Amino acid sequence: MTPRTPARRELSLRAREALHGYGFIAIWIIGFALFTAVPLVETLRYSFHTVTVSASQINLSFVDWANYTRALVTDPTFVELLISYTIETLISVPIVLIFAMIIALFLNQDFRFKGLFRVIFFLPIVITSGPVIRELTAQGAASAPGIASIPAVVDFLAELPRTLRTPVEFLLTSFILILWFSGVQILIYLSSLQKIDRSVYEAAAIDGASSWDSFWKIVLPSLSTATMVNAVYTVVILSHFSENKVIRYIYDKTYDVQGGIGYASAMAFIYFGVMVVILLLLFLLLMRGARRGAR
Amino acid sequence: MTAVLQHPIAERARAFLFGNRVHRGLVFNVALYALLIAIGFVYLQPLLFMFVNSIKSPADLMNPMVQWVPTELFLGNYDKAFRVLSYPNTLAASLFMSIVPSLLQTFVTSLVGYGLARYRFPGKPLIFLLILSTFIIPPQNTVIPQMLTYRNMGLLGSPLAMIIPAILGQGYRSAIFILIFYQSFSSLPKVLEESARLDGASDLRIFFTIAVPSALPAYIVSFIFSVVWYWNETFLTVIFLGGGTTTLPMQLSRFAQAYENLYPPGVVNVFDRLNEAVKMSGTFLNILPLLVIYFVLQRWFVESVEMTGITGE
Repeated sequence: MTPRTPARRELSLRAREALHGYGFIAIWIIGFALFTAVPLVETLRYSFHTVTVSASQINLSFVDWANYTRALVTDPTFVELLISYTIETLISVPIVLIFAMIIALFLNQDFRFKGLFRVIFFLPIVITSGPVIRELTAQGAASAPGIASIPAVVDFLAELPRTLRTPVEFLLTSFILILWFSGVQILIYLSSLQKIDRSVYEAAAIDGASSWDSFWKIVLPSLSTATMVNAVYTVVILSHFSENKVIRYIYDKTYDVQGGIGYASAMAFIYFGVMVVILLLLFLLLMRGARRGAR
Repeated sequence: MTAVLQHPIAERARAFLFGNRVHRGLVFNVALYALLIAIGFVYLQPLLFMFVNSIKSPADLMNPMVQWVPTELFLGNYDKAFRVLSYPNTLAASLFMSIVPSLLQTFVTSLVGYGLARYRFPGKPLIFLLILSTFIIPPQNTVIPQMLTYRNMGLLGSPLAMIIPAILGQGYRSAIFILIFYQSFSSLPKVLEESARLDGASDLRIFFTIAVPSALPAYIVSFIFSVVWYWNETFLTVIFLGGGTTTLPMQLSRFAQAYENLYPPGVVNVFDRLNEAVKMSGTFLNILPLLVIYFVLQRWFVESVEMTGITGE
């Protein structure tokens, strides 16, 4: 045995550990390649082609950016849907976050019938599915009861300029629907709240901080990570929801004779791009907010 | 004298109403319950609406006076919805299509989560980034080539089309489960596993005999969430299973069409036409199994946070 052996053994141990680690995640890497990476690249390729599918094979003919220009310039519906999707998402995310935070703060208190309320508040996690939501919206069970049809409200809406009317109208008709998407977010906030040591509140209270102060100085800063996670989660869930109008439109176009798969792929990538921009925007906003809060 | 006496009473009344350091005051409590009940109502209202409408007879539906209390308990809607949904078949399909992929997904994601939590290897941040990306990339950006591949392999419409991705850790929202398992395994003490390793146990043996039992709550929570999400998923199931297996939500989404096949509009009388009561019965039948699961297992949903140590990081 030479003196160098321990170092070499250390190295080989490390290599072995890494190898075993890769062993555990190998199955995921294969899956990622087969079901995410390859199809993603393939879809990107489709988006630059006109795709015709016959019984036995797929024919591609290169069309350059034609699918993209068609989606953004020629097709009026897609751009309109994309804009309303962006507005609706940017409205919904803060509502979901604030609402989930309030509920989590409530559920973190001790009060009677807490169990019952928790059961009710997490109900949406279980039943929020595309067809169910569609049926409920169609029957008018998902909007704030009656508010949008009150004459005064209708008049008020008519007074508003068009750019403002759409978001407000969306808010009134879909408020309850938005709240239905906050189940998991409440769970995430609750878990962060429960990690705050009770003695911190007590110490703050002894120093004369009101509960208002301790919310802004203790609770909110320690929820910043959870807020980030929730923001990402909310955007993704809303954007992937099968009743989302853009998704429905892309899906319908996939089976179109004209353009079909190639055009749908191009739209899918534009949609993905918009979604990433929204995510980045929220991320930067929340980062700035968190930094200011920490100061 | 009176001033001295009044003072503590006023103080006590103030504490009773507005609270002090130890107790919350009455005002706060009333506000708290009012808000909780209001929000609870927001969540329950659609369910109540659905249920009340589902038991309305055609006469009650036409009657504008009948809003929240039907004059009779009418179960004919359920009878029709049951047939339109071909409930036993679609229920069995839905159970199968949510339980089998969920079992596989839970197991595989736990392997991945364990590997990430317990082993040091180069490229881990990249793996996390890719895992996050699978969550963010919209399904329509990857679904078409998958569908064409399945078609070539003759797997379109077969349950395997949903099962294979689950086996390879690419099931529905797999990323979330990997992160849950990563969190729970990371928060478990390493001591037991290390001593087993010194005793010469293999990695897989350590995983199965020590890690899995101690992370049991994470398994149960993940499995339940997985079942619920698979059950409610309709985008992928429609594309991959369409033409083959029909799940309950799939049948619900073409409820009107299926209804008219069973009760052709020109043939049946007015009262047997498709109305909202029948639709609501169908919707209710669709979520009934989930409601049952939820109320039986509610402890696992509600306390999943405490049980798995999900921290949201």
